[in-house]
Order: sequence, then structure tokens, then C-alpha cells
Amino acid sequence: MRYLAPLVVFLIMSGFLARGLWLDPRELPSALLDKPAPKFSIPVLTASTEGAVSQFSPDDMLGQVWILNVWASWCGACTIEHPVIERLASQQLLPIIGLNYKDQDLAAQQWLNRFGDPYTHVPVDADGKVGIDWGVYGVPETFVMDKSGNVRYKHVGPVDQEAIDQTILPLVKRLQESPT
Amino acid sequence: MIPELGQFALVLALSAAIVQFAVPLIGLATRTPAWIGMARSAAQTQFMLVALSYACLTYSFITHDFSVSYVAQTSNTQLPLIYRISGVWGGHEGSILLWVFVLAAWTYAVAIFNRAVPADLHARVLAVMGMISTGFLLFVLLTSNPFARQFPIPLDGNSLNPLLQDPGMAIHPPLLYMGYVGFSVAFAFAVAALISGKLDMATVRWMRPWTNVAWLFLTLGITLGSFWAYYELGWGGWWFWDPVENASFMPWLAGTALLHSLAASEKRGVFKAWTVLLAVTAFSLSLLGTFLVRSGVLTSVHAFASDPERGLFILLFLLLVVGGSLLLFAFRASSLQTNNQFALVSRESGLLFNNVLLIVACASVLIGTLYPLFLDALGLGKISVGAPWFNFVFIPVTAPLALMVGIGAMLNWKRDSLGSHKIVFTVLAILTIVTAVALTMLLPHFHFGAVLGIGLAVWVTVTTLYGLVYRVRNKRKKLYALTHTPAAFWGMTLAHLGIAVFTVGVALVSLYNTETDLRMEPGDSHEIGGYNFLFEGARQVRGPNYSAAEGRLVVTRDNEPVTVLKPQKRIYDVRRDTMTEASIDAGLTRDLFAALGEPLETTGSNREMIEGAWSVRLYHKPFIRWIWFGAVLMALGGMLAASDRRYRVASRSVAAPARKDTGSSVTDSSAIPAAGRLAGAGGVDGPGLGGRGLDGRGALES
Repeated sequence: MRYLAPLVVFLIMSGFLARGLWLDPRELPSALLDKPAPKFSIPVLTASTEGAVSQFSPDDMLGQVWILNVWASWCGACTIEHPVIERLASQQLLPIIGLNYKDQDLAAQQWLNRFGDPYTHVPVDADGKVGIDWGVYGVPETFVMDKSGNVRYKHVGPVDQEAIDQTILPLVKRLQESPT
Repeated sequence: MIPELGQFALVLALSAAIVQFAVPLIGLATRTPAWIGMARSAAQTQFMLVALSYACLTYSFITHDFSVSYVAQTSNTQLPLIYRISGVWGGHEGSILLWVFVLAAWTYAVAIFNRAVPADLHARVLAVMGMISTGFLLFVLLTSNPFARQFPIPLDGNSLNPLLQDPGMAIHPPLLYMGYVGFSVAFAFAVAALISGKLDMATVRWMRPWTNVAWLFLTLGITLGSFWAYYELGWGGWWFWDPVENASFMPWLAGTALLHSLAASEKRGVFKAWTVLLAVTAFSLSLLGTFLVRSGVLTSVHAFASDPERGLFILLFLLLVVGGSLLLFAFRASSLQTNNQFALVSRESGLLFNNVLLIVACASVLIGTLYPLFLDALGLGKISVGAPWFNFVFIPVTAPLALMVGIGAMLNWKRDSLGSHKIVFTVLAILTIVTAVALTMLLPHFHFGAVLGIGLAVWVTVTTLYGLVYRVRNKRKKLYALTHTPAAFWGMTLAHLGIAVFTVGVALVSLYNTETDLRMEPGDSHEIGGYNFLFEGARQVRGPNYSAAEGRLVVTRDNEPVTVLKPQKRIYDVRRDTMTEASIDAGLTRDLFAALGEPLETTGSNREMIEGAWSVRLYHKPFIRWIWFGAVLMALGGMLAASDRRYRVASRSVAAPARKDTGSSVTDSSAIPAAGRLAGAGGVDGPGLGGRGLDGRGALES
């Protein structure tokens, strides 16, 4: 029955599609949860016209609650997430670090020019090594960090306003009020 | 009141759609001509009702009826009229209503234009389309009601996403949907053929203009989308292999394959089962695209992703429609098989080659798009497949396609030999290589890739033109023979030349484009691609619903003024979204592109300072217009082919010759009287089908 082949292919595909419906691409466990985040020190994105190259390290952020948002110019979902991040940044509640993941500097700078730059710093993880240490599955991803540099929350996929309002901001408020 | 009327019309349309599929099928089973004839009037009624409903939603947009929550989400009092009209499809509910409306319009066109089609077949086709309408109307009414009211009524709406506030984006969805949904006609014919177990040449001939028209709309829709991404997103790219783009590209590839296999099925009665499968595939991929975009399985980011109910509904619908038709295919396809022989070198082989490559291309896009989902579902982690993979897979598949295009189109049906063409092909090949190298020399620097790209384009051009010459080789009056070449042949020639133009664009823009991102102070200048850009600073300007900083760049070449570019950075009033409006000076051989980034640092504390330095993006994009120009040529070719007299003659000359030309009759003997009657009525006022009539409607909608 060679005429049955298309049906079989289609049914297999539908199985995956159905599975996909129940999978929430955003829900992922983080092995790092409540553990100190891996250290790194990498250069910060500089516009092609500015000379000075500076470094960013999570240690710079000790004593503050902060957010690490992993993004890339090639990532379509980041474009959709971006207004939410910008809105959060405009409230000036906490620093947001934008880890630029496996990207080209020029493209990244263009992207920021185009969509706006909500980030306090933009460290560049050109080869994705930091991403591996941090267990980045895909882009975008967002980590909430506490004052002593532990990962307290991880959001996989684009953050929406609901996640900000209901999960991230209450957590941030709690973390900011706690002494350590 | 008006929104309720719209919703009520939708409910009535649903009943009409149910009548449209159920009554004719019962009629066919019980041989009741009156019931069979119901298909047409039900289809017409359904169209009127959906149109009324659509008009009601448009009315709510125009009059700012924010008690309708969909209007409040997507519109605003400040929105200009044109975007209130196009805003109707600016969100999920309205897009689906537009989809339903377009489907109803196609159904209506089938109902009125194909009167010459035997009544049985016509009723089956309309019944299948009615089934699809029923599914989508249920989808709208159960999960995505655009007319839902809300209380309290907001004073003003949320406004339309500024990305969509653009004329190109305003007509992109209707064009795309005309294409997507248009494949439902070919699909309906294919399913009707499977039900009856017969696919004769006349039926295939009826399918062809419909497929052509759907295909040309899809081509235009994709082209416009690509063009929009180019000038609105400001990345200077024209294709991103993003899942949503892929969702529209897959039906295009399958549809292109279908166009070609229909030719073989009509002329030689070969590949019938394959053609039917392609017709099912093209429309299934349209549905799959809708599922992917609407369910959030892949992007999972759109606002409508929050509702898995919708995804589940479409998936079940997909299972029913696609699964059902493939099941039918599994049982009936063998009855379509014919044993017409053809030689290895023949037009049939050429078309088969084309089909195999197009389907491989389509499958690779499908795999690339769904691969992240497969891995995720199997628990193997999450990844994303990017442009490099697609380019890597795609170019080796499409290059041979271009190599074969001219030759395949020239071969004779059934049997041909390349021997007689050997000398000509050698000459053409040498001509191609020489021309390609010479043309590459004219470019600023030599690239081997450019020789390949241009060579491919020249090869397509010369072989296609040679095909034209070859066609009239034995005619005494060559000019007469050329002017009397059927429109379908000219359409093919034009579309194939479109491939050449497209190839030049793709090759040259990917090899020779210059992109710079720099900091410019007023008075600074920069040179790319031989053009000098002088930045004269920025000033504040005001638009209807936004304020903007507008830069001014004077472009000169060899001290001769070329143009003044005025890129803007806009802030929209309601949603406070910032948007970059690039300024583009278009040209046949190059585009000059400037976009304004951020104001860099400011003198003093004034953040609004706009006199200072800006980050500015400047692109020089050689030959980029050729990409869209080539695609438009393909669409024009499709239009020309659809307008071929042959299709109109075929539909006028009733079913009689159709019954004669194959042993298997189209209609069951008991239904022939009905067929004759219907066809007779159609003969009087039977207008040409396909191309023109539909085209007019498409223009109206945009």
C-alpha cells in the first residue's frame, strides 16, 4: 500500500504537533536554580565607533538584584519580547543586563539601534561559552539574580507582561527587601 | 446593534455552509438533482452572509466601537482611516474572519464561473469547500469571536501595532490569504476526483486556472511580505527563514510543483495520483501554516499563543481534513493510475525532475521549521534552526532546478532526444560562460560566486528564449507564429525569465552589499559603494499619530547630487512604540538605504537633543530590486497563463468533448441530464473563468 505513505507521514507529524501543543516551550528546569551563577568576564558590546573595550562580570553586580536577559539579533522572538523588556527597564527598578548570544557585533548594535536599548550593559558572548555555562537552551532566556549572585528564577522563551507582573516583579521585590 | 448583526450573519453563514456540504452529498447519494443543485445557491448565500459579517466588523472599526473588545485591542481614535480598515485583520480574530471571507469569495467564484463543469463534479467541489468553510466558521464562532462585547467600555483603544501601520503590510495578508485559500479550490477538485475515483483531462483543465490564480496571489503576497521586511524592519535583509515566512513558502513550493504536474496530467494523463497528492499537500501546508502561526507551537510568543484551545481546534480540523483526504487517497489513488509511457528524455521527465526537486526543497523547509519541535517533543533539548542551515540545504536543491528550467520546457512530450540539440546547447553554454564572466568583470570586484549566479541566470534566459525560437522553428511566418503562441506559453516564458531576474538579485545582493553602522555628527560624511553620504543633522517632525526625529542625508556621487534621504525615528502616541522608518533611494542596479539609530550622546543634559550625533546605518544594496521584480514577473506569468483562451473555450464547450476524450466518463450516467442543463445555462452568460474575474476581486479587496 504505497499510497498509504503520505497518511502515515502526516499522522506522525500530527503526533508531534499535538505533543507540541502540550509542551510549554517556556517551562524548563534550571540546574542552577538557587545556586551561585557561573563566573565569567567578557567584553561589552561597543558601537563600532567607540574605541574603549570594557569587560563585564557578574561580580560587578554583587549587592544588587538584577536580571540577565539573553538575546540575539537573529532571534525573532526577541523582537517580540523586546517591548516588554523596555517597559520593565523604563520603570528603573533594577539593572537589566543583556547577554548578546552568538551574535555579530554589528548586527547586535543595529538591532539595539532599531528597537531601542534597555540594557545597563551588553556583554558579548560571541562563541556561546557563557551560554553553555549558564545552561542557555535557546534565545531569549531571562534569569533573575539575587544580591549574592545566585540564580533565583529562570524564564525560557520570551517574557510577557504577565510573567513580569505576576512572577518576576514580586520575586524581585522580595529579593530586594531581603538583606542578602 | 451592528456587531450583533455581524455575529448573527456569521451564525447564518455557518448554517449555509453546512447546507453547502451536506445537502449536495446527500443529493449525490440519493440521485436527487434538486439537492445536488443546492450546492451553488448555498455557496452564494454563504458568501453574502460572510461578506455582511465582514462589513459589520469593518463598520465597528471605522466608527470606533470600542465596546467590541477586538476593536478596542487593535484600533484607536487616532488611527487613520486606511489603517482602521486594514486593522480589521491586524489581530487574530479579524485575520481568521478575513480567511473565512476569502474562502467564501473563492467558493463564490467557483460557484458562478464553473457552470460548464458537470453538475456532479461541481457539487462535490462545492461540498468539499463547504466542509472547509464549516470548520473555519466554527473556529471563529467557538474560539475567536471578533464581535465579543466588553464592559466597561474603554474610552480609547490600544491601537494597531505600528509595524502594521504601513500600506505594504495593509495589503500583504489579503494577498497571502488569496493564495493560501485559493489552493482550496485545487484541493476540492482533488478530493472530488478521489471520491469519484476519476480524474480526467477535462477536470485537470478546470483545475489549472484556479491553481494559477491562487499561486500568483501567493507569489505576490510572499513578495510583498519580503519587501515589507526589507524596508520596514530595517535589517536590509529580504528573507529570514523565520517560521512564519516558511509557513507561507511551503505551500508556494508545493503549489509550484502542482502547477507543473497539472500540465503533465492534462496533456498526457500521467502523474494523476501524484497531482492529486500535490493538490492535497499544497492546501494542507496552507492549513499547517495557519496552525503553526495561530497555535504558538513554534513561535509561542504571539499574544494569541495563550489560548491552547485554538491550537487544539485547528489541529483537530487539520487531522479531519488532511487525514481524511489522505485516507481517501490511500484507498482511491490506485484507480487514478494510468500506464501512459514516456521516455527518459521527454517533457514528462523534465516535469518529474522539477517536481522532485521542488518537493525536496519543500520538505527541507518543513523539516527545518519543525525540527526544533521534534527535538523538544522527544525531550532532546531545544534548538533553533537558522538561516545558514536553510541556505546550505536550499541552494544545492534549487540550482539544478534553474539549470533544467529552459531545457525541460523545450522538450517534446512522450519522447525526445537531446542529440539534435547538442550543438545548440554547447553554443549556448559557451555563450553563457563568456557572458557571465564578462558581466562579472563589470562589477566592482570579481567573485566566483557572482559568475555562478549570473551564469545560472544567463543560462535560464538563453535556454528559455531558445525554447521560444525552437517552438516556431518550422513555421514559415515566424512573427505570425509568435503572436499566435498561446498565452499559457508566454506565461511560462515570462515566469521562467522571472527566475533569471530573481537569481541575479539574490546572487549580487548577497555578494556585493555594503552595510555600515556609524556615528555621524552633522557635517560628517561617509562613502560606500561609490556614493557619498553627508549627514546634515536631524529635526523634529510630526505625523498623524506619531512624532519623529527626521535625519537628512545628502547623497552625491562624483560630486553630482543623487538624492536626499530622510530616515525617521518615530514614537507612536498611544503605545509609545518606537519605529525606525528607513529612507530608501531605489534604483534598478542599487538601493541606497539609510536608517536612523539612537541619538548618541547629547551635549548637556537634554535627552531630547536632536542636533547632536546619531548612530546612522547606511546600506548599499546592489540589484536588490531584481529579487522582487523577478518574483513579480513570475506572478505576471501566472496571470498570463491563467488568462489563456483555451481554459475559457474549454469551459464553454460544455462537457461533451470532456466525455469523449477519455474512456472514463466524468459523470455517472444518471446525472448527465442535470449536467447538460447546468452547462447549457452556463454557456449563455458563461464568462471566462479564472484570471480576470478573480483578479478584479483581488484588487477590490486591497
